[in-house]
Amino acid sequence: MLRYAWIIAFIPALSFFLILFFGKRMPKGGSEIGIAALGASFVLSVVAAVQWIDKVESTEGGEGGHALGALGQAFHVAGEAGHTVVEPVLASVSWFTLGGVDIRAGTMIDGLSVMMLFVVSLVSLLVHIYSTSYMEGDRRYTYFFAALSLFSASMLTLVIAGSTLLLLVGWELVGLCSFMLIGHWWEEGANSDAALKAFFTTRTGDIGLIIGIVILFFGAGGTFDIPTINEMAVNGEMSQTVLTTASVALLIGIIGKSGQFPLHTWLPDAMAGPTPVSALIHAATMVVAGVFLGARLYPVFFEGFHIADGGLNAMAVIGGITVIIGAALAFVQNDIKKVLAYSTISQIGYMVMALGVGAWLAAVFHLFTHAFFKADLFLGSGSVSHAVHTFDMRKMGGLRKVMPHTFWTFIISSLALAGFFPLAGFWSKDEIINTAGKADYDFFLVVGLVGAFMTAAYMTRCVWLTFFGEYRGAEHPHESPKAILVPLWILAIGAVFAGFLNATAFDIHKFTEWVEPTSAFPEVIVPEFSVPLAVFSFMVAAAGVAVAGAYYVYGMGPRGLTERNASARAGYTFLENKYYLDHLYTDLVVGSIKGPIARGTYWFNQNVIDGVVNAAGTGTRRVGRFTYDVIDQKIVDGSVNEIAAATDETGGLLRYLQSGRVQRYALILFASVGVLSLALVFAN
Amino acid sequence: MELNLFLMLAAFLFCTGIYGVLARRNGVLVLMSVELMLVAVNINLVAFAAFTGAIAGQVFALFVITIAAAEVGVGLALVLLVYRNLRSPDLDNLDSLKG
Repeated sequence: MLRYAWIIAFIPALSFFLILFFGKRMPKGGSEIGIAALGASFVLSVVAAVQWIDKVESTEGGEGGHALGALGQAFHVAGEAGHTVVEPVLASVSWFTLGGVDIRAGTMIDGLSVMMLFVVSLVSLLVHIYSTSYMEGDRRYTYFFAALSLFSASMLTLVIAGSTLLLLVGWELVGLCSFMLIGHWWEEGANSDAALKAFFTTRTGDIGLIIGIVILFFGAGGTFDIPTINEMAVNGEMSQTVLTTASVALLIGIIGKSGQFPLHTWLPDAMAGPTPVSALIHAATMVVAGVFLGARLYPVFFEGFHIADGGLNAMAVIGGITVIIGAALAFVQNDIKKVLAYSTISQIGYMVMALGVGAWLAAVFHLFTHAFFKADLFLGSGSVSHAVHTFDMRKMGGLRKVMPHTFWTFIISSLALAGFFPLAGFWSKDEIINTAGKADYDFFLVVGLVGAFMTAAYMTRCVWLTFFGEYRGAEHPHESPKAILVPLWILAIGAVFAGFLNATAFDIHKFTEWVEPTSAFPEVIVPEFSVPLAVFSFMVAAAGVAVAGAYYVYGMGPRGLTERNASARAGYTFLENKYYLDHLYTDLVVGSIKGPIARGTYWFNQNVIDGVVNAAGTGTRRVGRFTYDVIDQKIVDGSVNEIAAATDETGGLLRYLQSGRVQRYALILFASVGVLSLALVFAN
Repeated sequence: MELNLFLMLAAFLFCTGIYGVLARRNGVLVLMSVELMLVAVNINLVAFAAFTGAIAGQVFALFVITIAAAEVGVGLALVLLVYRNLRSPDLDNLDSLKG
């Protein structure tokens, strides 16, 4: 399966076309095709995961070293004893040849890909099931499932891509699907605006990605091959300038796709899409594509940003800023999905920060656990809105009694997100904070702890407003159907247990063992589990819950601060306006560029383009007139008329022969025979 | 006997036939003239067969007689129809194909 991983991505792609062509005629509107395809992909992903784990375990058994190729042997020798190397499984076919360079499309399967395959296909499958109920009766039900299938196919392509070019293809395709799905209800202007905003903002980042890929292509001597690039980066075969510029460019791509500061503004607006989409795309899978890119080309970033040196670097700073600003904005939102959206921004900030401080494994592990509880939270919020028909938390409250399943899964996931022992978020977040401390990034240790405090606090507010207190809406809430609850519980179970794959406190390092690359990978610091730090981070999270609880639930602390205190009011307004970033982009950046460019374009349009068009028009008219007068009228029509006239005259002459009298004909016949006979006689 | 005598008789008959076909207006007489032409041809065939000793000419003459019988049948039917439609056997009236 590892060599044929492309099948996993191919099945949903096939399903996309099947749903488009036959979906409307199916009894369930095409959703069954999507579920079947994702089910198959999921099963195959599990098979791939099992085979990969098998490969890793057998290699570590000591025998596997001989099975590796010559390159692996070399590494085996270079790496000290006890450091076994498991090469990624590569498979590729020739894609096209350009300028003498053979561009190959292939898959690269290692622990990271396998983990992503598992997460993407699992969440996607659950979201498909969830959507059958959530989207019931939607006017574009079939189209929705087609787009979901296409999205899954693109994301699966992205994670198995063996070359940066194929990765880019998947990257752009998920962007397109995101656009299609955010704007699913495009009849409302706000939704199509949100879709456009998401598309354009991520495109801004994509420019960075493309530039980065091109730089790496030339830096690595003309190859898009990811293992080669990584190896060259690790072995110092690429110049520092190339690596630094490439990693800055790629970082811009990550910022755009993963909703990092300052290009995060599209992600909250993307909540205009249907909730299953938010769960799948804007929480669990697509937005982590940036983190995946960072993890995939980690040697480039590691060398490019001098991550081993500690201190500050662009990647960690961007991530750190995002952690804090995302979490701060989550406090002032009334829309439950927006709270979760800002939470997602903040959590992905954690992952980027983790990559920035050298905590590769922690970043990927957080990606893994985050997928479970964030997808669960989004699907939970969808379940709530299914019951009360709004996302506004001011119109919720007291839902724990009527929606017990939704409530419990939401609580579990919230605790996991807040980093409560022993749920999934605790292990991954603790690992990030721990590594930041050990790797000489003390500043980001603090950022991580502050972020953890804020996360716990805003989730407390969110849970309190939604599920506790008195019901404040006008609807009659009810528990959601099974198609919604089953995915919720599956994800909640994942949110509880996913963390134990790398529960370092209990000396479990399975995740590290299976996922962390052993070839072409920089020497990262993997810290020992630190009990005091873990206890401290747990206390911080608990304090967050306590403070938020005291403030929101028991009404303690200063009230009406925003009315009395000018600076507090200013701060609140600042947050409510999302740091004025949207204004900055639309008014200052776009506005200042738009005016002059528009005027310049108008001038160009009027004078140059119109001139050319008019000249072309006049010229064409003259040619047309000439053609009509001379060629058409005289030559073509003339010849046709001449032929007709000649035929007419000939006919007029010949009609005398056509007397209609049999005997005249016979006379002509006999006369002709006579003449011919005479001719024959004389000729002989 | 000389072959030429037979050939001259045949030529005479054939010319009489042509004349009849071209000059007669009555459809029945035209048909009869056609028969004359066929008879002239038969005389030629038989005469050549007798003088050269090849049997094929005589066989051919028999074929021609059979065909001629059929042809007369069809021809008479046509003349009869013409007569029925036009109340006259005159072929000059048949000029609806005039151009």
